[in-house]
Amino acid sequence: MSLRTPIGRARGLGSAKSGLHHWWMERITAVALIPLTLWFVVALVGLTGADHATAVAWLQTPLNAILMLLLIVATFHHMQLGLQVMIEDYIHAEGLKITMVIVEKLASFGLAVACGVAVLKVSFGG
Amino acid sequence: MSTGNRPLSPHLQVYKFEWTMALSIVHRMTGVGLAAGTLLMVWWLVAMADGSTSFLTVQTVMASWIGRLLLLGWTWALFYHLCNGIRHLVWDTGRGLELPVARASGYVVALASVVLTVAAWVAGYMAMGAL
Repeated sequence: MSLRTPIGRARGLGSAKSGLHHWWMERITAVALIPLTLWFVVALVGLTGADHATAVAWLQTPLNAILMLLLIVATFHHMQLGLQVMIEDYIHAEGLKITMVIVEKLASFGLAVACGVAVLKVSFGG
Repeated sequence: MSTGNRPLSPHLQVYKFEWTMALSIVHRMTGVGLAAGTLLMVWWLVAMADGSTSFLTVQTVMASWIGRLLLLGWTWALFYHLCNGIRHLVWDTGRGLELPVARASGYVVALASVVLTVAAWVAGYMAMGAL
């Protein structure tokens, strides 16, 4: 039982802290993903059934490598933000919620790095 | 002042089922599905970097009927999330929030996601020379 008033307890806990940045980044990555996903789908359609050499040659084109890296950054950032909202909405046990957000953030970052390294290896290596 | 018995939101069971409700939850569900789908993108790119043997494994698995079914699901999820995401971005500008407009844009999104999915798959089979 706290003697503090409800407004006193609520102050500083609301979305006025970092929520705006989260909301804004979700929209910016969404806008970026409109052309990037359309490009990716068209590229994948062209690569349907492609062998390794064809796929590598495609990714070795500088424009494709650049767009692929941009797609990776935007996708995993957008995914991280979206999954975090869902965890915060549906998981009510504080400890589990924080643990899941940490795991989700690290996993998103790790997957993005794995994709990025793979793209760079293919585009620089051969 | 008690905080224990305040009305909570959402009380899903007191709402009449609405078409826009279904679209909203499907946006989240496709989001989760697409997050799982990124694992395929990781596998595809890492296999490409690893070499032709690993890449052939990915291509073979994805060419199987279950692989194609998963890809079909992901294609639709991607187009749905993309179209409905654009709908959300329009709402963010304060437009299109009136109920008849929101219902109508929902029908457009659902139809567009199916049409785009079919178009992408027809194009994919044509690229393979199978059509």
